[in-house]
Amino acid sequence: MSLLSVRDLTVKFAMRDQTVTALNGISFDLAKGERLGIVGESGAGKSITGFSLLNLLSRPGYIDNGQILFDGEDVVKMNDQQLRKVRGNRMAMIFQDPMVTLNPVLTIGQQMVETLRAHRKLSVEEARQIAVVKLREVYINSPEERLDQYPHELSGGMRQRIIIAIALLLDPQLIIADEPTTALDVTIQADIMELLLELCQSNQVGLILITHDLGVVSQMTERTLVMYAGRIIESGRTRSIINDPQHPYTQGLINALPQQTLPGEQLRQIPGNMPTLAQVPNGCAFNPRCTFATDTCRSQIPQISHYGEVEVACHEVQRLQSEQAREEEKA
Amino acid sequence: MFAYLVKRVFQAIAVMFVISLIAFAIQGNLGDPLRELVGQSVSEEVRQQLRDELGLNDSFVQQYLRFAGNALQGDLGTSYFFKEPALDVILKKLPATLELVFGATLIIIGLSVPLGVYTAIKPNAILSKVIMGLSIVGISVPVFLTAILMIFVFSVEFGWLPSFGRGDIVHVWGYWDTNFATVDGWLHIVMPSIALASIMLPLFVRLIRAEMMEVLQSEYVRYATAKGINPWRIYFVHALKNTLLPVITVGGVQIGTMVAYTILTETVFQWPGMGFMFLEAVNRVDTPLIVAYLIVVGFIFVVTNTIVDLIYGLVNPTVNLARMGA
Amino acid sequence: MSEQGLDTQMPHQAEPSRLAKIMDSDMLYSFRRNPVALFSFGVFAAIAVLSFLAPLIAPYNPYDPAQIDLMNSEYPPVWINGALPEFVLGTDDQGRDLLSTILYGTRLSIIIGLCAVALQAFLGISIGLVAGYVGGRTDSLLMRMADIQLSFSTLMVAIIFLAVTQALFGSETFNRYAVFFLIAVIGVAEWPQYARTVRATVLAEKKKEYIDSARVLGFGPMRIMLRHILPNSMSPIFVISTVQVANAIISEASLSFLGLGMPPSQPSLGSLISAGFDYIYSGSWWITVIPGIVLVVLVLVINLLGDWVRDVLNPKLYKG
Repeated sequence: MSLLSVRDLTVKFAMRDQTVTALNGISFDLAKGERLGIVGESGAGKSITGFSLLNLLSRPGYIDNGQILFDGEDVVKMNDQQLRKVRGNRMAMIFQDPMVTLNPVLTIGQQMVETLRAHRKLSVEEARQIAVVKLREVYINSPEERLDQYPHELSGGMRQRIIIAIALLLDPQLIIADEPTTALDVTIQADIMELLLELCQSNQVGLILITHDLGVVSQMTERTLVMYAGRIIESGRTRSIINDPQHPYTQGLINALPQQTLPGEQLRQIPGNMPTLAQVPNGCAFNPRCTFATDTCRSQIPQISHYGEVEVACHEVQRLQSEQAREEEKA
Repeated sequence: MFAYLVKRVFQAIAVMFVISLIAFAIQGNLGDPLRELVGQSVSEEVRQQLRDELGLNDSFVQQYLRFAGNALQGDLGTSYFFKEPALDVILKKLPATLELVFGATLIIIGLSVPLGVYTAIKPNAILSKVIMGLSIVGISVPVFLTAILMIFVFSVEFGWLPSFGRGDIVHVWGYWDTNFATVDGWLHIVMPSIALASIMLPLFVRLIRAEMMEVLQSEYVRYATAKGINPWRIYFVHALKNTLLPVITVGGVQIGTMVAYTILTETVFQWPGMGFMFLEAVNRVDTPLIVAYLIVVGFIFVVTNTIVDLIYGLVNPTVNLARMGA
Repeated sequence: MSEQGLDTQMPHQAEPSRLAKIMDSDMLYSFRRNPVALFSFGVFAAIAVLSFLAPLIAPYNPYDPAQIDLMNSEYPPVWINGALPEFVLGTDDQGRDLLSTILYGTRLSIIIGLCAVALQAFLGISIGLVAGYVGGRTDSLLMRMADIQLSFSTLMVAIIFLAVTQALFGSETFNRYAVFFLIAVIGVAEWPQYARTVRATVLAEKKKEYIDSARVLGFGPMRIMLRHILPNSMSPIFVISTVQVANAIISEASLSFLGLGMPPSQPSLGSLISAGFDYIYSGSWWITVIPGIVLVVLVLVINLLGDWVRDVLNPKLYKG
């Protein structure tokens, strides 16, 4: 049985004059200890998916429909107390910006101890000892001293390590990491990712990594979801998606990677922008930016279905493949 | 910490210096000390002689230094009306004012935190809307009018509460007589305290609510929720502590306003404190007393503001290292 | 190229009209849908119009000694036994018609409030612009002054200033110029509110490109500040101003109540309440209570409007 099973998740935002749909029937599974990447440009609904899994959406967002089965229990139907038992305990989250995630007026120790004591009957002293062990695991030196420091006394990288340590405090089954390195200095981004990967592997923790960076996904995860305008448009094994992307959008994302560009050549960005939630085009949401779009694409929403090694939501995927094959033959 | 302390104390001294200059300027221009001393029936020669003796013909700097020197030794001149040292007159009135401020502060702190937090946590509850509605009425009624309307209702119409004076007070120590020792004393201080608190309380409720609502939107509160922390701990540890930082700063500023409002409250209730005394001194052109009041009140302002700043530094860990060391 | 051509070429030049745009659409929309705002505005407009028309509509002129008869003093309002029909709201201790005196007094309170706030805004905006634009030592000195000024409450400063002024000039001269003293002291004491806000906007705007381009195009600092930066501060200034008018009216009333403001011969609402307070024990409550209610209603509707303006204009709350 899978650890997490999301079925038909729909999230809406009640704005002042209208209600917009941010997530539209998202479904996916995650096995125990599996690492899954969710990719897409900003506004695709990646972070909203992450927050929904912990039922953490704040007004005006709400889960309109769907199931989030975590270890067989539906997170959507849980009351506050049940949710509290899951959050931070069995499912932990790493937020985007470590500079604003930790409470500025509480010490690192206070914030670690309260997390442990919220879920287990421990004395403060016992909790501090566990905290020290976990801080060592994320390579924080002199952890005993760090416990009595305030967040502002520590660097961004150090804070994110501490947040990873907090995520691991209660040995969760799943960690959701929402762009955990975007706010950090480029030089330490790789270190943090490596640390996260190492800890997930050694502790058998499932990981959902939300990012816009396909490069990171290819190093960190076993499976990948590509999202566009609140829908999953392609999913499958990470290697398949990186090596043989099917959806024109995924192809565009991969072509835009700096690694795909020769030195001196311009980066190949996908033209145009992600539509805003209030103005999603009819049919396939990607059609205005897609070079292969047909009338069908402009009128009907493509359903996700198997194609080769992946699942993809595109009307023209077959034509695309044959055209590409023809081009390759020519070459 | 030490550097920060020195900086704050230095600034406090600078402000006191400016206040003393203003006070000195007032003293020099307001009223004629000779007339108070000897009346008008003295010849011009004797006047000149007296002026010399009193040092009124010395240079401005000399006179100011003498004034400041005396002030530092606690000599703020002699009240024309009471024929007593001005500082003594004020110190005798001080406890009455402080007890009034204390009563009002109790009301403000005791009510503003729970009301502010409640309205922030449950912004759509009917009770919250009632509290917010009352608060805007509260800030729209001037202190003196609250006092008058309370007297009209509770003293004149119903006759439940006494409308003026301190009632039965019990001697404690030195100049300090307290209202809090007898039932009559309590009855007398209830209305003045409520009146004094009446404009600050809604102000603080609104401030705490606004700050708290902003903090509740913050990323670290969301993170605390994601960690499965009990909501009460989130409200009262994570959120309230961050909420109180700006509230402390505003609180420091409001202490000054509170002293000003004591003048209004004491006037309406004929409360024998230093605010009431000040207005009487103004009507009698009792210059030494006016000047002494100015210096004492200025001193209270500066001291409380400095203390509030220091408390802020102690409560806020970000100030601790980042600014205090610098 | 003409200057106007330059202005239209700068895309950010559209920003200054933000307030105007909000005024057009969202603000008006929200206003029409908000019964509290509509009601408050209606009441405020009614009070303002009636009081400014006082010389035309008031049954008596309280400033004209010929129309005042001490024999008429302390008549109750018409709904109470023993009233005279010609004095709808009764008479005060000097025999003046209370309705007329309240109309004139309200006019005085509103004028002092508006003028004091205009003075505050002028001083505060100028200082804020200079502090933010010049920066450096000037900035820190001015802001330090603002801090200190704020820590001394307006009312305290006003009380001491007016008390000393009154003692210095004697009550007769003081009473003659009381309006100006009040406007001056309330106006001067509250400048930091504006200065801080304007300075914050200046600092935020200064970083933006269009200010650079304006500077590169050779516009002087005065022009940049007044034409480019100031318009962006309009929303916060507008929000502050509403609240400040309410506060100024309260301050004026408080000072007049203490006998440090308008004299009983030209009463504002505060001095009327003050005069009536002595008679509250003898049963003539209306001399105090009726002007008191007018004062509270006036300040309340301004505060309600202020709350609504803040909700509409404050970008932080705007999204919620």
